[in-house]
Amino acid sequence: MTTETRYSRADFQSGQEVKWCPGCGDYTILASVQNFLAELDVDREKHVFVSGIGCASRFPYYMNTYGMHSIHGRAPAIATGVALANPDLTVWVITGDGDGLSIGGNHLIHALRRNVDLKILLFNNQIYGLTKGQYSPTSELGKRTKTSPAGSVDHPFNPVSLALGTEATFVARTIDMDRPHTTDMLRAAYGHKGTAFIEIYQNCNVFNDKAFQILTGRQERDANRIYLEAGKPIVFGADNEMGVTVGLDGAKIVKVAEVGMDAIAVHDPAKPNPGVAFLLSRLSHGPTGPTPIGIFRQVQRQTYGDLMMGQIEEAKERNANASISDLVSQHGTWKVE
Amino acid sequence: MQEETLSPPKPPERRDRVVIRFAGDSGDGMQLAGTRFTETSAAFGNDLATFPSFPAEIRAPQGSLAGVSSFQVHIADWDILTHGDEADVLVAMNPAALKTNVRDVVPGGLILVNEDAFDERNLEKAGYETNPLLDDSLSGFHLLTAPMEKLTKIAVKDTGVKGRAVLRSKNFFALGLISWMFNRPTAPILEWVKTKFGEDHPVARANIEAFRAGFNFGNTTEEFHHTFEVAPAKLPAGEYANITGNQALAWGLVAAAKAANLQLFLGSYPITPATSILEEIARLKHFGVKTFQAEDEIAGVGVSLGAAFAGHLAVTTTSGPGVALKSETLSLALMTELPLVLVDVQRAGPSTGLPTKVEQSDLMMALHGRHGEAPLPVIAPASPSDAFAVAMEAARIALKYMTPVILLSDGYLANSAEPWQIPDFDALPEFDISYTTEPNGPDGNFLPYARNEETGARPWAIPGTPGLEHRVGGLEKEALTGNVSYDPDNHELMTLARAAKIAGIADDIPELEVEGPDDAKILVVSWGSTYGAVRAGVINATKEGTPTAHVHLRHLNPLPRNLEHILRSYDKVLVPELNTGQLASVIRSAYLVPTATLNKVQGAPFMAHEITKKIIDMTEDPS
Ligand SMILES: Cc1ncc(C[n+]2csc(CCOP(=O)(O)OP(=O)(O)O)c2C)c(N)n1
Ligand code: SF4
Ligand SMILES: [Mg+2]
Repeated sequence: MTTETRYSRADFQSGQEVKWCPGCGDYTILASVQNFLAELDVDREKHVFVSGIGCASRFPYYMNTYGMHSIHGRAPAIATGVALANPDLTVWVITGDGDGLSIGGNHLIHALRRNVDLKILLFNNQIYGLTKGQYSPTSELGKRTKTSPAGSVDHPFNPVSLALGTEATFVARTIDMDRPHTTDMLRAAYGHKGTAFIEIYQNCNVFNDKAFQILTGRQERDANRIYLEAGKPIVFGADNEMGVTVGLDGAKIVKVAEVGMDAIAVHDPAKPNPGVAFLLSRLSHGPTGPTPIGIFRQVQRQTYGDLMMGQIEEAKERNANASISDLVSQHGTWKVE
Repeated sequence: MQEETLSPPKPPERRDRVVIRFAGDSGDGMQLAGTRFTETSAAFGNDLATFPSFPAEIRAPQGSLAGVSSFQVHIADWDILTHGDEADVLVAMNPAALKTNVRDVVPGGLILVNEDAFDERNLEKAGYETNPLLDDSLSGFHLLTAPMEKLTKIAVKDTGVKGRAVLRSKNFFALGLISWMFNRPTAPILEWVKTKFGEDHPVARANIEAFRAGFNFGNTTEEFHHTFEVAPAKLPAGEYANITGNQALAWGLVAAAKAANLQLFLGSYPITPATSILEEIARLKHFGVKTFQAEDEIAGVGVSLGAAFAGHLAVTTTSGPGVALKSETLSLALMTELPLVLVDVQRAGPSTGLPTKVEQSDLMMALHGRHGEAPLPVIAPASPSDAFAVAMEAARIALKYMTPVILLSDGYLANSAEPWQIPDFDALPEFDISYTTEPNGPDGNFLPYARNEETGARPWAIPGTPGLEHRVGGLEKEALTGNVSYDPDNHELMTLARAAKIAGIADDIPELEVEGPDDAKILVVSWGSTYGAVRAGVINATKEGTPTAHVHLRHLNPLPRNLEHILRSYDKVLVPELNTGQLASVIRSAYLVPTATLNKVQGAPFMAHEITKKIIDMTEDPS
């Protein structure tokens, strides 16, 4: 399915030695992104990768594009500045579950509600990797780590539910190991005008190995991956024998044979109301059972940047050739002879 | 209004200067009365300086001491330096205003009160046991009373304002009365009311009628038959505007962006007393400026840093608590060597402290308040109008040296106004700024950390430039390539290179000029908003027989090259500051010169006489 383009994956490799642990899911995501950008064929200098701090956040150093490895949690704010300064750029945010949801949670929700033109990739490994294995805001309740020897008592976030709660205009989930699906999500996010949020389940094989086993293991994955596809009934399982219904009491997993195909919900990510998407996101609270993968929500809303530039253009039209002298004289001046 | 029929019968008494303070409850419109009096005095040609003082609580209980708001204006027929130590005239709209302000009135000064507000309830709220208008506690002053509320009610009865709105015009009654006493031109005030509220609006009519009633009350009431005149000042010829420090900063930043031919980007989070800079710049969209009200101060500086990376002139404005939040990002800006201006409008701290009051206590934080070895340029304006030039200077340094710059203003400069001689904007210097667009490496590669030999600055290659793709970030950078480097020698080299770049700015700032007589034995060193009071205090000390020299610092890091020589040329050095001695510590540690200090942390500016007294005390002290 690759077409001929100016670029190959190598054009997006920075030449810096990649220093993640062998076997880390971050490698797979890096490859998916580099391949996607090569295939996309957009001028390389138009891409900017802004990250926070964490294993995931080393990402920009490995991309032969513009990039900033910033400080813990602040990437959405810094990326907002880049995007507002130059709307011709494609600004990618790379963040982790700790970076984006703990220290940087505030910036993340505000970027999402403002609909700044950003592509936010949240690498969720349900652990603090860089600091060597403390529980994170997505770690499951009861998780034993060095800072929670008796088990974590912190109720976790569901990142997709959180993003939907901010009324983000594009919310998706994918899995590091599923490269074709990751690429589909990247393509859809790239094509979306506004903030696109993708949660990527990423395996940290050193501090939280197999956290997503039921979605990636050969034995388990068919029974647990629920692919959301626009316009299609939400069914899953080796023979699509399972399905999802949506009602006032929430989204439910059912046997198709028991309820009939007509009762199965048809996925519509373009619904203006994020309610149904939210119900779907509640099907699982973390990858412990059947879990939806794909685009939960994709709607159009004017971006912050367009609204801001619109006001500036309008002000310039009303007040062409503005000079500082005019500004001061409007304020009232007097002459001393 | 027909002014001819209203002119005062007796010839006015000439004064070369007068300080008037309007004080009332925060709902009494004293800031407005003061500002209008200031504007009409400016239009008349007086030199002036103002000092508004606000309660910290917007809704302090009516009539309470905490709810008093005041506005002091000093007008003169000569070039003045301060808003005046003490008031010659106090307008007190209620007992609380009288109580909190009477101590600042000169002996024999004039006190004008709104007698209608001196009822039992208000007296009690202000903590008066007996009515000060009836006992002899004010016998050292010239007390004048007027039934301002009663007369305002009568004056506005046909204007269409109703209910509680009626008494809102009483500030215009007071303004009318004071305008009559000081022979102010009335046209600018009446014109302003009409433009502000709309000619036929009931509020406009009520304010005009109340103003007229106050003016006429002066004219017709025997008691008030003493009027004053303050002639226009002989300021240097030119065009003037009345300007506050925050306004000057806003306009200076816009002018800097023009000079650099860049777009201005301001990312901020509201905080007193810095907010009005964001508000002013947000109005200036027609200049193409982008303003962003962030979710917090961290995001405010974050978006600005992002905009700087992408090629804008980036600014963030805040006060002390916000600087604390921005500190980590400042270090990132320093590490990524991107231009950024941080404006700290200092207020009295720590923590929320006295948020509406002045202090100079963020100097140490500006100089040292970051993790790691993180020196940054720090500069401070001396007066409201100086803030325009200092804003431009901050931007110049940031862009030329690719560094964050901290500009330290304060709550006094923020709101105080003075006449500003408007520069010829077309003649302002242009900054020679260009983005790097071509590879600079030996083999056609791009070296983002190759330094300019003269300035030590690295190139500014913005995203979107083909062929110069590169990564910046907080991890230590290898010299030249900017690749991540854990090499210990490289870290030392880079730490020293960053410090040398900032220290080298000393070659690019003017040497200090000492003001004062040649035979001075004492040198006073000041910085920031204390300039006017210190200057006036030094002049008075010299007049009173203690020849004193004065040097004022705009640049606090790096310090001007000739400061050490100047310090060593005097027997004694005095550093007055609105903190507990921060610049004094810097001077002692940088030059090992003994310094005396005069410190004040009362949330109020220096008075000139405090400086004079300290200087004279020092000469009497044999040590
Ligand atoms: C201000 C600050 N606090 C703490 C840290 C330490 N720190 C670095 S990364 C990290 C957590 C990273 O977790 P996550 O975002 O999930 O990234 P991962 O390493 O798992 O990819 C922490 C606590 C820091 N660098 N800066
Ligand atoms: S610690 Fe975990 S997340 Fe970090 S690089 Fe190693 S495997 Fe990857
Ligand atoms: Mg993590």
